[in-house]
Amino acid sequence: MSNNADFRICPDTGFKIHLPADKLIKWNAVTAVVFLLVGGIFGLGVALTRWPAVHLLPADWFYLALTAHGFDVLLVWMIFFEMAILYFAGAVLLGSRLAAPKVAWVGYWMMLGGALITNIAVLRGDSSVMFTSYVPMQAAPDFYLGIIIFAVGALLGCFVFFGTLVIAKQEKTYEGSVPLVTFGAITAAIIAVFTIATGAIILIPTLLWSVGYVGHIDSVMYKVVWWAMGHSSQQINVAAHIAVWYALAAILFGAKPLSEKVSRMAFLLYILFLQLASAHHLLVEPGLSSEFKIFNTSYAIYLAVLASMIHGLTVPGSVEAAQRKKGFTNGLFEWLRKAPWGNPSFSGFALSLVMFGFLGGISGVMMGTEQLNIITHNTMYVPGHFHGTVVVGSTLAFMALAYWLVPVLWQRELVFPGLAKWQPYLFGIGMGLASVFMMGAGTLGVPRRHWDMSFADATMPYDFPGAAHLMMGLNGIAALIGGIGGTIFILNMVGTILWGKPKSKAAAEPEKPAAPAQPTVVSGYGSAGTMAVPGTFTLAMVFLVAFVLYYFVNWKYLAGVWGLS
Amino acid sequence: MAIFPPAQRIWWKEPIERSEILWITIALVWSLILFFMMPYWHLVGEQNLSNEAYRIKPDVFAERTEAMADKYTVREEGDTGTPVVHPPAGGDIYMLARLWEWWPVLELEKDQTYRLHLSSVDWVHGFSLLPENINIQVHPEYEMVITVTPNRAGEYSVVCNEFCGIGHHTMVGKIYVVDK
Ligand code: HEM
Ligand SMILES: [Cu+2]
Ligand SMILES: [Cu+2]
Repeated sequence: MSNNADFRICPDTGFKIHLPADKLIKWNAVTAVVFLLVGGIFGLGVALTRWPAVHLLPADWFYLALTAHGFDVLLVWMIFFEMAILYFAGAVLLGSRLAAPKVAWVGYWMMLGGALITNIAVLRGDSSVMFTSYVPMQAAPDFYLGIIIFAVGALLGCFVFFGTLVIAKQEKTYEGSVPLVTFGAITAAIIAVFTIATGAIILIPTLLWSVGYVGHIDSVMYKVVWWAMGHSSQQINVAAHIAVWYALAAILFGAKPLSEKVSRMAFLLYILFLQLASAHHLLVEPGLSSEFKIFNTSYAIYLAVLASMIHGLTVPGSVEAAQRKKGFTNGLFEWLRKAPWGNPSFSGFALSLVMFGFLGGISGVMMGTEQLNIITHNTMYVPGHFHGTVVVGSTLAFMALAYWLVPVLWQRELVFPGLAKWQPYLFGIGMGLASVFMMGAGTLGVPRRHWDMSFADATMPYDFPGAAHLMMGLNGIAALIGGIGGTIFILNMVGTILWGKPKSKAAAEPEKPAAPAQPTVVSGYGSAGTMAVPGTFTLAMVFLVAFVLYYFVNWKYLAGVWGLS
Repeated sequence: MAIFPPAQRIWWKEPIERSEILWITIALVWSLILFFMMPYWHLVGEQNLSNEAYRIKPDVFAERTEAMADKYTVREEGDTGTPVVHPPAGGDIYMLARLWEWWPVLELEKDQTYRLHLSSVDWVHGFSLLPENINIQVHPEYEMVITVTPNRAGEYSVVCNEFCGIGHHTMVGKIYVVDK
């Protein structure tokens, strides 16, 4: 049984926080931010090399930096931060003690150790194989080993989270059902377990192959299984950042989900319709049938896209309803105009939501269509797409949460509040533009993972149109702006933790998400409490129109290229 | 609030707001359209990848490609030493990927249909036909056969867009399309 001495009451929020969970959340979040810094520096190196006029790094360093960038940001930064989210959504939101903190620490050290092992392998220079490490190209054994250790560590974290749910239920630390945010975190954790299992299925044989115990790995089979992991791991990010959106809507506005049922169903659709969805990375691969590609890439009829579109309405809808209740009822958009645009938690959240949909979402569905993939596969369009999902979507959402979470957990004030105001705009708009320019370059055929689009060393160089060079130059400029935004974030976080002024009581007041005093008497779900959300609905229709137009324009492009059958 | 347990314990019985239902319906219809566009394009569209693929030993594929080149070479591409091959219209054509070249250069006739065989003899490569922007993944030990119909005369490049080692960015080949 838990002992009350192991808990502290958060003066800002009233949450009862288990001290071991507190410490784990902090360490995981800090480690995440450090790897974001490391990975971000590699990212800048890559972007500045791909800027034709700058062409910063030599070829071998470029491929090394790109491998390190993909691994450090996509895996290490994201998953460490997600561990912090899991412990927060489990122990803190449920007011429970964390199950087996020792196991959680073993998980933490395994993740850190694994991340370091793989980074060292990459920096040594003999493992520049990209984080996807497609066979038969071979990295040093410790490259794979590090990833495996990292993944097992993350798996332990998921088990600790599930254990915490069981304890909270048994010890009745909450009444009724788990909060929606915790539900979203459960979604992420279930997908994570599945993901890591798939990762083991592919990476363990690959490790054995790299040391010579396995003779041969089929290159198509490798990609099928690798992306069953790689794709689901992106769904962890999506589920986690949507949970963060709901959390921020609640924290900032006291927003209630329009309908618990709809939002929870939408999370459930992710679990049901995403598994093994690797085919959209394999749409132009030999040896797989069209039937398999169509069924699998649409995750069986696009029900996961449906789920994302539902969250896209219900998250801003809950904010609108809350704002209208506060009296911002004029016109369609007063609720939005009067939102706290100077609060980085809000601006980060809002930009993340809009750009995830418009940049990441639409482009992802487009290029994930069997035939349309022909005109985008492996071009710069692909990194353009996922900087729209995982950077301006997930990363920015996590940053927005950190602006709230770090001052609350450490009980310190932000060191550079003035800079923080601008940070989400710099990072969000910088990286959003980078995403757009990368997609533009991809539309012109510029290859991804490519050191020299001028082909200076090729015997039969291809001459890209000026517009393609321009796009890559603009991408470099946008990446610099984004990089400045990223730097401000890291400075603010590290600075706050190390030198932030302890919070005074009064200053802390606005953070308070006002817990319902008696949960049972607070009505306000369903038709009784929900208000119509005309503003959000209008925005959703704008999104739909953009989606439909963009989708069919690309079919038109496709119809103009060589006949293929 | 989403960070607290639902205020109403029986939340699954609450009615759903109208705009939510409307949006779910719209989104569901759109999802179905997204899905059916793919089979639809197989029926009416002219750009579909075939499902024709074979397992093949790299040296067998190399032999076949060389046999085609021996028979139909018309000239050499500049001073690169790479032959330009002009196979008969309507026939089988081969392009081989290896570190770090696409071999040989092909010369095709406009509006003629060919069966293009693609494979790699070493690592995974990416066939990216520019400026068309047609992209196909090329694997070792798999031979993919695609029926292609060039619709414009001109000079095309084949760039490698799957990372294949330190010479990846030098791996560029060529396809000419000529009027008959
Ligand atoms: C300062 C911030 C960043 C900059 C300037 C940046 C820039 C870039 C550029 C230019 C590429 C290379 C595209 C190519 O040549 O193929 C790239 C690749 C990539 N980026 Fe970023 N990025 C940033 C942040 C992030 C973050 C936060 C994430 C993930 C959370 C991310 C994930 C990736 C991944 C997974 C790749 C693909 C690596 C590969 O092809 O193996 N990036 N990035
Ligand atoms: Cu290649
Ligand atoms: Cu290549």
